[in-house]
Amino acid sequence: MKRNSVLELGVGLFMLAGILGLVFLGLRVSGLSFGVPQNTFTLTANFANIGGLRPQAKVSMSGVRIGKVTDIELDPKWFDAKVTMQIDAQYDGKFSDDTTAAILTAGLLGEQYVGLTVGGSPKMLHDGDVIHDTQQALVLEQLIQQFVSNMAK
Amino acid sequence: MIDRIAALGRGTLDVLMAIGRAGLFLVQSVFCLPSREGFHLWLRQMHFVGVMSVAIVLVSGLFIGMVLALQGYTILVGFGADEALGQMVALSLVRELAPVVAALLFAGRAGSALTAEIGLMKATEQLTSMEMIGVDPLRRIVAPRLWAGFVSLPILTVIFAVVGIWGGYLVGVDWLGVYDGSYWSNMQDSVDFVGDVLNGMVKSLVFGLVVTWIAVFQGYDLVPTSEGISRATTRTVVYASLAVLGLDFVLTALMFGDLG
Repeated sequence: MKRNSVLELGVGLFMLAGILGLVFLGLRVSGLSFGVPQNTFTLTANFANIGGLRPQAKVSMSGVRIGKVTDIELDPKWFDAKVTMQIDAQYDGKFSDDTTAAILTAGLLGEQYVGLTVGGSPKMLHDGDVIHDTQQALVLEQLIQQFVSNMAK
Repeated sequence: MIDRIAALGRGTLDVLMAIGRAGLFLVQSVFCLPSREGFHLWLRQMHFVGVMSVAIVLVSGLFIGMVLALQGYTILVGFGADEALGQMVALSLVRELAPVVAALLFAGRAGSALTAEIGLMKATEQLTSMEMIGVDPLRRIVAPRLWAGFVSLPILTVIFAVVGIWGGYLVGVDWLGVYDGSYWSNMQDSVDFVGDVLNGMVKSLVFGLVVTWIAVFQGYDLVPTSEGISRATTRTVVYASLAVLGLDFVLTALMFGDLG
């Protein structure tokens, strides 16, 4: 059968466009990063109520993204939510051990995330440590309930 | 009364026989040894089915992305959430619109042409003459077309999604003034490569197989007259579109519906 180089070139370009498109979808759209998984260290925090926090939610400090939530489970001892977070390794030993964690909401209807605020203690947090000072998520129903019961008084 | 029951039975048997023929037909044409000549036949069909469909996919992808951004913006800005535009455009394109709309366009652009081509070959008895000289028409005519459709629809889907996201960027960022950084970063935060992009690819693989299967089977199985060809071409587009939309619901329920 006669080879047709224009046709082959066309199909080759077509396949190439597909592969490049998939790479674009991977890197630019879904934000994959190849190579070694980034160095992280683990912190956990217990919250009385996590609201709508989900795994993969971001962990930020002063609005800068420094890590993500990897696991959320119920602590069977205290019956509160145990949130495990992976923080970039460059911050290992940089946060004081009285750092507070709060569950915040991005915008009015946005996703919930964990915000960390540094304290003033000379001791530092390391891999596997627990953040003790936490602030639970704002639950709208509870707020309204408080507001209504205050109005009644 | 008895006649009607018999007619119902005849109809059922006809449908079952058609399904059986279509299944046998698929198995016989897909499973054949790859050969150098088969590769060239496949290449020729890739050009016809895939490369020639790029233009329509580019244009419709661009416009669908632009419309999505425009519609999404007017709704989201009411909630003060116009930063979520990138996320909305990307998720709806990658999960739903790119696989489905590309498959519908593909059924109209390539599927109908495949049916008409094979149907005319049958009507002019080219397929029978091939069998006479010992060439299997399933291997020579049908298999390259099936494989070309199966391979090219996912590629067309990727192109559709990329162009659509770019079209959304044009309208959202350049025209309506959504902040450039939040368009991309919201998208990257919410789109998961395996869960969204690869599931969309799985959808388009299934659609590619089903649409080409219906197209070549309708061509191969038609009544070899000019009226039969016109009917089969119509049936290809109708059946393929319905199959794509129905399967899309099933696949979406399996992938994103938390049923499993």
